[in-house]
Amino acid sequence: MSAAVPPVRKERNNMRARAALMSPALLIIGGFLVAPLFVVLVYSFLTPGTYGGVIWEWTTDAYVQFLFEKDIFDETLIFSTAYLQIYSRSFVQAAASTAICFLIGFPTAYFIATRPAAQRNMWVLLVTVPYWINLLIRTIAMLFLVRDNGPLNHLLLSWGIIDEPIHIAYTNFGVGIGLVYSYLPFMVLPIYATIERFDFRLVEAAFDLYADRWTVLWKIILPLCAPGVIAGSLLVFIPSLGAFIAPDLLGGGKNLMIGNLIAMQFQASRNWPFGAAAAMILMTIVLVTLIFYARRQGRSTVRLH
Amino acid sequence: MRRKSTAHDVKRYPGFRAITWATMVFLYGPIIVIAIYSFNEIRSITVWGGFSLDWYIKAFNNDLIQRATMNSLIIAVSASTIATVFATFAALGMRGRRYRGKEAAFGLISLPLIVPEIVSAVASLVFFVLVGIPLGIGSIMLAHVVFCIPFAYLPINARLEGIEPYYEEAARDLYADGRQSFVHVVLPMLFPGIISGFILAFIISLDDFIITNFVAGPGATTLPLAIYGLVRTGLTPEINAISTMLLLVSIFFVTLSFLIGRWQARTQS
Repeated sequence: MSAAVPPVRKERNNMRARAALMSPALLIIGGFLVAPLFVVLVYSFLTPGTYGGVIWEWTTDAYVQFLFEKDIFDETLIFSTAYLQIYSRSFVQAAASTAICFLIGFPTAYFIATRPAAQRNMWVLLVTVPYWINLLIRTIAMLFLVRDNGPLNHLLLSWGIIDEPIHIAYTNFGVGIGLVYSYLPFMVLPIYATIERFDFRLVEAAFDLYADRWTVLWKIILPLCAPGVIAGSLLVFIPSLGAFIAPDLLGGGKNLMIGNLIAMQFQASRNWPFGAAAAMILMTIVLVTLIFYARRQGRSTVRLH
Repeated sequence: MRRKSTAHDVKRYPGFRAITWATMVFLYGPIIVIAIYSFNEIRSITVWGGFSLDWYIKAFNNDLIQRATMNSLIIAVSASTIATVFATFAALGMRGRRYRGKEAAFGLISLPLIVPEIVSAVASLVFFVLVGIPLGIGSIMLAHVVFCIPFAYLPINARLEGIEPYYEEAARDLYADGRQSFVHVVLPMLFPGIISGFILAFIISLDDFIITNFVAGPGATTLPLAIYGLVRTGLTPEINAISTMLLLVSIFFVTLSFLIGRWQARTQS
């Protein structure tokens, strides 16, 4: 049947069939994610409507609003750090959570990767399951556990370890715990994948050359597992930066992060262009981080081959 | 636990075992605690009032929860079915040697994983309002299909890449035409991947809160939205009960998908 078709046309038919197969998925994502992102970009340059929505008048007010406050009386611009603070707080929170995820995630990943093969699958499943459990519910569980009159404080009080409840819920620290709790599996799994492939003969060689355990870890294992560590850090940092649920529930509305700032503009505050601008700034930070990472990856693979 | 020659084991680091166990306690502690308290007969967190299923019965009889659960199931089943079909098509279309645009197509498919959820959420909202798509079950479903596609695509594609071309060549040698070799050889081998993809898309859809919260509009509600609404008014044992049920559903499906993955690895080797 196909033997009669000349090769060139067969090739063209083949490409047409490929395009037809790919198109539903690509059209859906293009039409309902890429197009909406463009709408957000456009909206960030428009004037806010009184009851939400936008008025089609071009302005960069939404971006100016990040740095300056308009004086109500004479409309002069006054430098204001209110929104910058939210962005810098998000940065600090996300960076701190990434660091803590690394500090507990690396030893965990290492331990799992050096288990006998039969046990490894079980451990990996144990780390993976929490990721697939509803993030909202996990955060509620954490809030339930750590709130002032929750089981954790009650236990510590009744053991006499503390005299009054430790305040974890509704603090920056609580939000940090929530972020670590949310994204820890993302740190463990990529590090695990690199350590599992790691050639431990290198470690033996280092020991033969009188390196001690911690020198081996610092000078050999960590540098060679850097790709996994970097991948894990990105997978924790990026979602932490735009997190909504952890700061919303564990921050109790006081310790706002970028995600909450964006959400508020489309709910209570009803300033769509400002929300759109905040979303675009977040999106830009994420893309720049990823491009930086891709460049680095590109370089290191070139170096290896 | 059996340990072998730990003194000379070059791979071993003191403390790493303890940290791993601590990580497990951290990951599972809160959800185990909330599950335990969902069976406490009384509201107290300090006193154990005896084992009881009262909070579950109360949750089951709650009209709002019933409606939200129905909505969640309808949305999750339809969105993940559509996403799985589209993802399977896409994986088949993108299969094989490199050609121009393959990387761009892959990038587009994984875009929902890269865009921060809150950004996707507000983008979907403004787009639906602009285009005039009414907010409700339909808009939720549409938004879910978008982010379910990459979750369905990844396991399907991984499985498809494991199917070597010589299976189809063998089928052709036995005079199967293209359609026959696809239906009788490729599709059955791809099936575990499709099931895995469907399960992952289903869980992701069932669990989604942020995007759903923005595109739901005032009328429609799903289980995570209902739970969030209840939490706003205070943590109650009823929330613990609903949460525990949803936890068990997720754990069941993840374990199922994991077992399929292992079975698939065994059949492939």
